[in-house]
Amino acid sequence: MSGVKMTPELVAEHGLTGEEYDTVLSIMGREPNITELGIFSVMWSEHCSYKSSRFWLKTLPTTGPQVIQGPGENAGVVDIGDGQAAVFKIESHNHPSYIEPYQGAATGVGGILRDVFTMGARPIANLNALRFGDPNNAKTRHLVDGVVAGIGGYGNCIGVPTVAGEVNFHPAYNGNCLVNAMTVGLADSDNIFYSKASGIGNPVVYVGSKTGRDGIHGATMASAEFSDQTEEKRPTVQVGDPFTEKLLLEACLELMSTDAIVSIQDMGAAGLTSSSVEMADKGGVGIRLDLDKVPMREEGMTPYELMLSESQERMLMVLKPGREDEARAIFEKWELDFAVIGEVTTSGNLELSWYGETVGDIPVKPLVEASPMYERPWEPTPAQAEIDPASLPDAGKLTNCLKDILSSPDMCSRRWIWEQYDHLIRGETLQVPGGDAAVVRIPDSLKALATTVDCTPRYCLADPEQGGRQAVAECWRNMVATGAKPLALTNNMNFGNPERPKIMGQFVGAIKGMAAAAKTLDFPVVSGNVSLYNETEGKAILPTPVIGGVGLLKDHTKMATLAFKAEGETILLLGESKGWVGQSIFLREIHGREEGAPPPVDLEAEARNGALVLDLIDKGLVTACHDLSDGGLAVGLAEMALAGDIGATVAERNDETPAHAFFFGEDQARYVVTSTQADAVMHLAEQVGVPVQVIGRTGGEALTLTSEDTISLELLRHAHEDWLPAYMSGEEAAE
Amino acid sequence: MRAAVIVFPGTNREKDIAEALERASGKKARFVWHGDSDLPDVDLIVVPGGFSYGDYLRCGAMAGNSPVMRAVKQKAEAGVRVLGVCNGFQILTETGMLPGVLMRNAQLKFICKKATLTVTSNETDFSSAYAVGQKVVFPVAHNEGNYFADDATLDRLEGEGRVVFRYADTDGTVNEAGNINGSQRNIAGILNEKRNVLGMMPHPENATDPAQGGTDGLGLFKSLAEVLQ
Repeated sequence: MSGVKMTPELVAEHGLTGEEYDTVLSIMGREPNITELGIFSVMWSEHCSYKSSRFWLKTLPTTGPQVIQGPGENAGVVDIGDGQAAVFKIESHNHPSYIEPYQGAATGVGGILRDVFTMGARPIANLNALRFGDPNNAKTRHLVDGVVAGIGGYGNCIGVPTVAGEVNFHPAYNGNCLVNAMTVGLADSDNIFYSKASGIGNPVVYVGSKTGRDGIHGATMASAEFSDQTEEKRPTVQVGDPFTEKLLLEACLELMSTDAIVSIQDMGAAGLTSSSVEMADKGGVGIRLDLDKVPMREEGMTPYELMLSESQERMLMVLKPGREDEARAIFEKWELDFAVIGEVTTSGNLELSWYGETVGDIPVKPLVEASPMYERPWEPTPAQAEIDPASLPDAGKLTNCLKDILSSPDMCSRRWIWEQYDHLIRGETLQVPGGDAAVVRIPDSLKALATTVDCTPRYCLADPEQGGRQAVAECWRNMVATGAKPLALTNNMNFGNPERPKIMGQFVGAIKGMAAAAKTLDFPVVSGNVSLYNETEGKAILPTPVIGGVGLLKDHTKMATLAFKAEGETILLLGESKGWVGQSIFLREIHGREEGAPPPVDLEAEARNGALVLDLIDKGLVTACHDLSDGGLAVGLAEMALAGDIGATVAERNDETPAHAFFFGEDQARYVVTSTQADAVMHLAEQVGVPVQVIGRTGGEALTLTSEDTISLELLRHAHEDWLPAYMSGEEAAE
Repeated sequence: MRAAVIVFPGTNREKDIAEALERASGKKARFVWHGDSDLPDVDLIVVPGGFSYGDYLRCGAMAGNSPVMRAVKQKAEAGVRVLGVCNGFQILTETGMLPGVLMRNAQLKFICKKATLTVTSNETDFSSAYAVGQKVVFPVAHNEGNYFADDATLDRLEGEGRVVFRYADTDGTVNEAGNINGSQRNIAGILNEKRNVLGMMPHPENATDPAQGGTDGLGLFKSLAEVLQ
């Protein structure tokens, strides 16, 4: 074994506390060598062990008749009928993307794609949720440009459409951008692949790219705060090769169509270490790896480097005995490395050998089970006061406010971004970016999946619990608005340093809110990812629990879209409008105040209103449907008008509420629909107790909010479309 | 119509093309792996979109020098129709089967959107179902679609009626505003001299089903199905 001496400094450099190192000593019964220390370090990093979050994640609802596989595997799996399953997960690549935006974002996409096709699914949709700093911050434009190019560069090449996403700008992300990538795949429900190793003596096989020195300690980096020395961490960022991943995808799916595979696991964070440990642990077996047989990119690599490398586009498999040649032929056809590098053993240990010499021997069970789990102290977030809309000064013409809001960084069109993503490849994209949720058809069927990612971080900061509820509810609503029944969600918990009770309080609050919403809406959690320590020099990001959802449309010909379809149709508002202005976009963009309690989320109302909308769409009673969220009713109407290139006139409204609060309030559980059968819509709504009001009619080339307050669609379109391209070209300073 | 679709490592729009061919002709296309030495006896060969060999050297450069493309070239010389879309167009220019090159888009960004084109020539086996001047909407999805050739070549292409599609604005007018990637003379698709090889950047295959938001692309595949029965 290597002669590196264990010192407290070396242990600390590996991110282990003294107490954690004592546990290592008791598990090993001796001092670990450097390779073993590295393995403990990455397995017990926040990123791999979820040590701060596990206690709370367990409180999320994860079951339901639709759930085939909940959290704990590479991705969640839900039943979509006819022997088919949707396989999906979201994952963050925040820290690498801040350091090296193109490669950080690209490998984020690559990693989540592998998580999904490892399960036997063909990826059919990619999504992303992005957060950047203040547009005026010197680094923001560079990050947006690099992240978008990286996401497109990877997804476009591998040939998976990038169909939906969300973007926010806020100064709280100046030092930590967020890049969360989600993939949805399609599999046969009787041909899902898991990571559990079994069969003593079965060969352990390495496939894909060669291993290099890139990304060593990536998982550890992702488990610490940033400082001004962050630039020096650039070598820990991996480099993506989407072409190789495309080959790996096709080769894996080809092999998966045979019955040669016992189990398979992608090498993501912590590479060969986490993949081999996870497979052994799940199967209750040992694994021996002959590290000298690992295909290597460079000379002189050490066992330590091989175990910790995060080189991309690699997989570890256990094959049935005697099936090596058949598998090798497939991978050689796709010009990929294929090497038998070990076998499944009875020892229960991870045994590492290097040219015949033992260089590591760790009992797997304790390595996994003794991994730290902290119930970190937390402080509840103080409640914010409600803001009375009548207390706000006059904000002037409604349409001027609307124009300003639609051209603000958070609300303007994201076309500049999504036109850089191939969102049409595979030919199944039924709803492109810009709608409530993307919709992709299941090939050769009437079925389609709706999918979206959502979070409103400013709500989460003001009230983590309501914010957690709202993120789940908005995601659910966005799918409902297309006519899809929401099936399950995946979550990406992006927070600051959990060792600070205030931050941990945000995390706990968000989890409580998410759990309540997921339960009431029958929308279980099937996969997820946690990214903590999103702080730079003590400044944390806004709490950002991103929710990715998948829903099922049984008949895509009934799908609803947000665009107004024809002139002279009735516009109806479903749900209760109280004019909630606290934490609204209106309050921030027009009054310059980020204040107040966010809108409360009545989950019973969400469930009831959503069920009505699904019924209306199924019965063909509505011609367009849009959920209301950021910017409220006025923004919702503007988006529907712009999408359909048809104007609208709002003729009636609930006149108890001040006009600005009515049009820009962000009350939850609301939808706008258009119909040619308004009476039937009203009747059904009243039957199930959903507040409904006719608010106007479609038509013309302008949006008229009150009789004397009108704006042309052309002006609105410019306001909506021009900001982002101008900002990115540097033509116009932000704001 | 008997059609073969060539698949290179990194090809990714083969499914889209095969489905479009089937929608237009009712017949399934055959996939041909780039390593297969012999091309089947077909009357249409499609080189689809994607990132052959990762496009790491230069788009289409590696595939252009592959053995299977030498075979495609021989078939084309014997009169078999060849359609190259997107990366397929890039590959056909790399083999010399079509003149010119596809450079990086003028705005230096990948661009995916529904593009409006006009049909410039319908005296071809690929576009007989369209009227000259007809406005069609096909999606584009490329980073290197900026067509370039010297003036003499461009004059010749135009003079011989070998420009089949041009980028246009949403009204169907061929102008600078509609030129989404900076192509010389708004060229989106061209024929070889013998008029049996068409290369184009836009994706007619992604506009062959009402659920895709349009069926303007069907005409191209129906034109081929008509002449090739």
